[in-house]
Amino acid sequence: MNVPEYLQTNFTNFSYIVASILFIIGLKMLGSADTARRGNFLSSMGMLLAVVATLLSSGMSYHWIVVGIAVGGVIGTLAARTVKMTGMPEMVALFNGSGGVASLLVGLAEYYNKEGTEMGIAIALPTALAVLIGGITFTGSLVAYGKLAERITGKPILFTGQNWVNLALLFAALALAIAFAIQAGNASVLLLVLVGLSLVLGVAVVIPIGGADMPVVIALLNSYSGLAACAAGFIIQNNVLIVAGALVGASGLILTSIMCKAMNRSLTNVLFSGFGSAVASGGGEQVEGEARPVSAEDTYYILEAARSVLFVPGYGMAVAQAQHAAEELGQILEGNGAEVNYGIHPVAGRMPGHMNVLLAEANVPYELLSEPEDVNPVMNTIDVAIVIGANDVVNPAARTDEASPIYGMPIINVDHAKTCIVLKRSLNPGFAGIQNALFFSPNTRMLFGDAKATLQAVISEFKDR
Amino acid sequence: MVLLLLIFVLSIFLGLELISKVPSQLHTPLMSGSNAISGITIVGAIIAAGSSEGSLGTILGTAALVAAAINVVGGYLVTDRMLGMFKRKEKTDR
Repeated sequence: MNVPEYLQTNFTNFSYIVASILFIIGLKMLGSADTARRGNFLSSMGMLLAVVATLLSSGMSYHWIVVGIAVGGVIGTLAARTVKMTGMPEMVALFNGSGGVASLLVGLAEYYNKEGTEMGIAIALPTALAVLIGGITFTGSLVAYGKLAERITGKPILFTGQNWVNLALLFAALALAIAFAIQAGNASVLLLVLVGLSLVLGVAVVIPIGGADMPVVIALLNSYSGLAACAAGFIIQNNVLIVAGALVGASGLILTSIMCKAMNRSLTNVLFSGFGSAVASGGGEQVEGEARPVSAEDTYYILEAARSVLFVPGYGMAVAQAQHAAEELGQILEGNGAEVNYGIHPVAGRMPGHMNVLLAEANVPYELLSEPEDVNPVMNTIDVAIVIGANDVVNPAARTDEASPIYGMPIINVDHAKTCIVLKRSLNPGFAGIQNALFFSPNTRMLFGDAKATLQAVISEFKDR
Repeated sequence: MVLLLLIFVLSIFLGLELISKVPSQLHTPLMSGSNAISGITIVGAIIAAGSSEGSLGTILGTAALVAAAINVVGGYLVTDRMLGMFKRKEKTDR
């Protein structure tokens, strides 16, 4: 190509600006249900443009580029096409991790491409940060994946002095990063040690966090992957990386804070408290009364008479894969003249929006899904609230028991409904290790068993009549 | 450098403004969609893999490119698949 170089540079930079605009508009549109899909498409076009513009810029040898894009593209496509909706939290964690490791590798690759030349602190510092943040994102996401896929225990892994060890690791990593930056990049040993340290750090900060706090962790790691891309942008002095990375960093932070608010806990508390470990102090209030088990047949009689029904799903629905059965029962109840809604707590499940994805997969229209602040005011008009494998997010102790670890967490007040049916395997306390007075309340009926099986039993009661 | 920092700070604020209120049904798509955007590091990977200055740099760059391409392609496709499932009531044939 005989295009003058200044024209080509202008073309590349102009394309990057357009790509940045597409990312901004796309992200904005992702925030609203009607436009989300188009938003995602626009943002993908921005990405395509940025990639093509980079490929067309001068001095590229395509050989390895083709290999890299082809291999990564095929793996990504297969993963995205074959993943089940129930496996979505794990998938998101893995994609996040691959973004993190990509930024780490970009940092390393740029370092070795420029080895011997004077980097200057302005390049060396972001190199260290890309490695550090990218590394934490990578192994942190892998541990999150392991917990979500239950390859490793979902319980917090704790040891004495853990927070101090982590803090020491973090300071050591920061000190290394600064030392590397001051030496203006003439220190490959420092950089390699930093790689190792950041990989260890990613594991160390995520293992003490329990499964039910995963929504916060995933949102936070998402933010980190953006910041790592940002750091990579500073290395290659590229605007589009900085803009896109910062946007992701910010959106991840917002999601993180939404998740923390939904649990009425601070980020520090989520990250450092080892919440949900077996040693949970438990509520001060003694749970009184006894649980009232109910059969599928009795459940049928209760539901048959109900005029308004609210489903409240939790992680147990995901485990039992009961979303299709819930949808079917919802349809039957609607056909029976009842008004059916779904109350979704923001932190129900293992990732932000987990329940919504599952119910969408089961074809539940999204208008039927309401948030706690919408369903709580009308809760006493609800005839039957059906709790499917949710526990802490419907525990009235959050409202009443100041000694409870979850006190102050906004919950869905199913105990205010006229009748509450709880689908649960057993009376075991939930993830947080806290007894739930709801199960022993006079208005509550316990339908024990696998949620999918019991829902199907209730459905066949309806069909047999 | 200062200009890049300015762009960074402004983009953070822009990001915070853009998505301050998101309905919970979109939390997962927003997360996976923005995750795909963070794959923009693919641009850095292309540059690293394509500049044939040093062999180690090229190998690391290619590895970065594989990871970034997984992130980008997988992230966008899975987000689209998810969003395709979100349906309004009148559009479902029941």
